Amino acid sequence: MAIDFTLNGKPVSVDVPDGTALLWVLRERLNLTGTKYGCGASQCGACMVHVDGKPSYSCQTPIETVRGHAITTIEGLSPDGTHPLQRAWVAERVPQCGYCQSGQIMSAAALLATNPHPTRAQIVEHMNGNICRCGTYQRILRAIERAAREG
Amino acid sequence: MTVRKHVEGHLAFTRREFMIGAAGFTFAIAFPGCAGTKKAALEAPSGGALAPSAGDAPALSPWVSIATDGTVFIQSPATEMGQGSLTALPLILAEELDADWSKVRIVRAPPIDELYGNPGFGGMMYTAASNAVKSYFTPLRIFGAQVRRVLMENAARRWDVPLSELTTEPGVVVHAKSGRRLGYGEIAAFAQVPAKAPEVKPEELKKPSEFRLIGHDVMRVDLPSKVNGSAQYSIDVHVPGMLYGALVRTPVENGKPERVDDAAARAIPGVVRIVRMPYGVGVLAETPWAAFAARDALQIEWDRKAVGWGFDSEKGMDRYAAAARDLRTEGKPWDKTGDVKAAMAGAATVIEGEYRCDYAYHAQMEPLNSVASVSPSGDACEIWVGTQSQSMAVGAVAQALGISRDKVRLHDMLMGGGFGRRGHRDEEFVVDSILLSKEAKRPVKLMWTREDDLANGRFRPMSAHFLRAGLDASGRIVAWNHRLACDWVTPFMDPVRYKGAMKGNDFIAIAGTEIKTYDVPNRLAEQLGQDSGMRTSPLRGIGVVANKFATEAFLDDIAEKRGIDPVELRLTLLKNTPRGQAVIRAVMQESEFRRPRPDRSLGFAFADYADTMLAGVAEVSVDRGTGKIRIHHVWVAIDPGIAVQPDNVVAQTESSIVYGVGLTLSERITIKDGQVQQSNFYDYSVPRMSDVPEMHVKLMATPNPPTGVGQMATPLVAPAVASAVRAATRARLRHTPFTPERVLAAMKA
Repeated sequence: MAIDFTLNGKPVSVDVPDGTALLWVLRERLNLTGTKYGCGASQCGACMVHVDGKPSYSCQTPIETVRGHAITTIEGLSPDGTHPLQRAWVAERVPQCGYCQSGQIMSAAALLATNPHPTRAQIVEHMNGNICRCGTYQRILRAIERAAREG
Repeated sequence: MTVRKHVEGHLAFTRREFMIGAAGFTFAIAFPGCAGTKKAALEAPSGGALAPSAGDAPALSPWVSIATDGTVFIQSPATEMGQGSLTALPLILAEELDADWSKVRIVRAPPIDELYGNPGFGGMMYTAASNAVKSYFTPLRIFGAQVRRVLMENAARRWDVPLSELTTEPGVVVHAKSGRRLGYGEIAAFAQVPAKAPEVKPEELKKPSEFRLIGHDVMRVDLPSKVNGSAQYSIDVHVPGMLYGALVRTPVENGKPERVDDAAARAIPGVVRIVRMPYGVGVLAETPWAAFAARDALQIEWDRKAVGWGFDSEKGMDRYAAAARDLRTEGKPWDKTGDVKAAMAGAATVIEGEYRCDYAYHAQMEPLNSVASVSPSGDACEIWVGTQSQSMAVGAVAQALGISRDKVRLHDMLMGGGFGRRGHRDEEFVVDSILLSKEAKRPVKLMWTREDDLANGRFRPMSAHFLRAGLDASGRIVAWNHRLACDWVTPFMDPVRYKGAMKGNDFIAIAGTEIKTYDVPNRLAEQLGQDSGMRTSPLRGIGVVANKFATEAFLDDIAEKRGIDPVELRLTLLKNTPRGQAVIRAVMQESEFRRPRPDRSLGFAFADYADTMLAGVAEVSVDRGTGKIRIHHVWVAIDPGIAVQPDNVVAQTESSIVYGVGLTLSERITIKDGQVQQSNFYDYSVPRMSDVPEMHVKLMATPNPPTGVGQMATPLVAPAVASAVRAATRARLRHTPFTPERVLAAMKA
C-alpha cells in the first residue's frame, strides 16, 4: 500500500512493505544517497535524518511510521549547501573519509534548532550517538561552536 | 550516480601513447604527437576540484592535459579514503608545472600500473603504508616540470626568443624582456609536444622557498561534496537493471557450506535466486531489504575441515606468550645487528618484559560493498568499488572471471574509510559482487551488513611480545631481543608481495620491532608466526602499534629498574638522531611535562615510523573504583619532513590519535571456536566524542623529503597512556586494550 509523506519539502509516495527501513527507501527508491548505512542498529548515526525536525535513525525507522510526516535529509538541509553547519564544516575542514558526515551534520542541526548556543558538554552529550571512525570529533566540536557563533 | 557519468571518465589519449610512468623512476614520458582539439569552456573555478575526465583537452603527458581555456587536468594515481592524497599528489605536480591551482581539475588515473603505479610498491597502484606522498613526491615534481618546460619551449618558438629568457607565473609563460605573456591554455591551442619528454634534473626543480602550493593549505578537492551528501561511494552507485546481493560467508577461512536450507529465504518476496558459492551462499533480490531478509533466513551447516575451527583467542594468547618466552625456538629474524647472544651473555644485568595485544577490527564506517556488471557472456566486466589498490581490484576480478585485465573497467570510488581493510590481494568483497553478477547476468550491488563486516573481518593480529635487554655495568643497553609471537599477516593478506618484494618477511606483523634510531649495538627482532587459521590484515599502524607499545613500555620498565628518567633514557638512545630528540624536546615543552597536575598524571612515548619522527604525551586520570581510564589531553610533536598540506598533516595526526585511543582503551575482538564473537558497534566499542581527548599537534616540518603522516600517531597512544597510568596508580599495564577489568587487576597486582 502506498505510503505518503513529505521529503525535503515535497510530497512523495512509495509502495514498499511495512517494516522496511526508511534508510533503504531513501537510498534505493528515492535516490537520496547522502544518508548512509553504517550499522543498521541505531549505533553509529550515519543514517541520521529529521522526522518533523527531530533527529531519527532512519535505519531503525519503519517506513509506515513516517506516513504523513515530514522528513528532512542532508540533501534538504539547505537549498544550496550553505546551512551554517555546512559552512562551518568546510571552514574547519572537518571531513576526512566523509561517510559519517551527513549524519553528523543532521544530528548537529537538530541540536542547534532547539539549543542555538549549546555548551561544550551539551554538544558532546548530543553528538555521542554519531561515530566518526576517522576521529574528526575535535573538528566537529569546533564546527558546531563556530556555527552557533556565526549563525 | 549513473553508469554514463562514469563511462565518460576516460582519458583523452590511448594506451599506445603511454610508455613509462612513475613506476619506472624514469623521467622520460611519451607524449602524443601533437596537441589536439579545443576544450569547451568550463565553469569558472574557485579552486582545485574533481572532474570526471579531461574530456578532449590536449594531453601534454599521461599526467597532464590542458584545455584552451586554461583548465589544467591532472591525473591522481592514489585512491581516496579521507587521507587527502587525491588533493596532495596533483598539487605536487601542479607546483612544478607552476599551474594556477584555481584552474586545476583532478581526474582519477585509470588502472595502468606502467604509468601510474606507486614506485614505493614496485609499480603497483596501491594506496597504503602512508607512502603516497613519500613515494610519488619526486616523480610528480619531475613530471610537472617537464610539462612546464614543454609549454615554455612552445612559447620560445612562437616568440622566437631563447628559452633561457622565459619564466612562469601560475598558469602563464612570461617573457619579461618584451613584457609578453601567454597563458597555458593559449599555448595548448598551438602546442607541439615532443615525442620524448625533455630532461629535467632534480637540481632544476624549485627550492622549498619557491613553493607556492606545497606547504600552503588548499581546500581538499573532495571536501565540499562531503558536507552536502553528494560525495559518491560505491554503496551509492545505481546501475540500471541492477539486483541487490547479500551473502553469508564461511565464518572460518577456507570453510565450505556442507548443508544449506534455503526454503525460507526463497519464500521471501523479491528474492530472485539463491546462489551457491565456493565459500558461502549468496542471495539475489530486487530490493536490498529482500536481500538482507533472505540472507538472515539462510540455514547453513559448514564443513569443519579448515584450520581455524576450534580456535579460542584467550587460550591462544597464553600459547603465543609461551612461544615468545621459549628461547629454545628461534624466530624468523628481522632487525639483526651485532651479536645479541654474546652481548646478552656478557651483560651485567638482563631485564625481561612481556606485553600482549588483542585482535582489533578496522570498523571503517562504510561496510564493504561493491557493484559489478559482468557481461552476459562473462568475458568482460565493469566494477564500482572503493579500493586501496586499483591494481589488486582489477587483478582479482580478472582472475575470478578468467579474463585479461584489460577487460575489466574499474570505477574507483571514494572510500568510507580504509585503514588497511581494502588492500588485500584477493579483494574478496569485490569478487563476491563479480560472482553474483556473473550468475545473475545482470549488474549487482553487493553489500555486506555491519554484522558481515565483523564476522568476515580480517584483523590486526593477536600478539605476545617477550623482550629482553642486556645492560652493561654502566647501565647502558648493549643487547636487545624482541620476540614477537603472533598470527601470520602478510602471507594471508598478500602472498604475492610476501614472496616477492618482502622476500618472505611478514612485514605487516614485524614492522616496528626494529629500533634503528635507538643506539643499541646488538639487536635481534624475531617473529614466531602462529598458524591459527585466523584472518588477519594490516590495520592502521600495522605491526608498529603493537610493537612500539611493547618497545616503549619495556623502556619504561628499564628506566624504572635503573632509577633513571624515562625521557632522558630516550634522549640518550637517540643521540645519533637529532630529529628524534627535537620532537621529544618539543612535546615536553608543549605539554609542560614537568608541571605536576592534581589528580592527573602524564605519560610519554616516542616513535620513529617510516622515517617520520614523533613524540607524544598523554594526560590521564584513573577511576580507582571502576578502573576506567580517562584520557584528557594528548600532545604530539611530529616531524614528517616537508609538510605538503600542513593542516592535513594535523588532521591526519588527530585522526591517528583517536584511532590509537580506541585500540588502547576499548577495541577488542575475541574468537571462540574460530568465530568472531562481536557483531556490531554495541559490542565492538570504538571512540565516540566523549572518549576523545583534547589534542594538541605540533607540526615540526623540516626541509627533509616528505614522509608518511596517515597513521603515525596511532602507535604512541598505548605506551604513553600505560606510562601515565603507572605514574597515577603504580599499576603496570601490559595488555591492550586497557579495559577497566585489566586496570583493576593490574592495580591489585
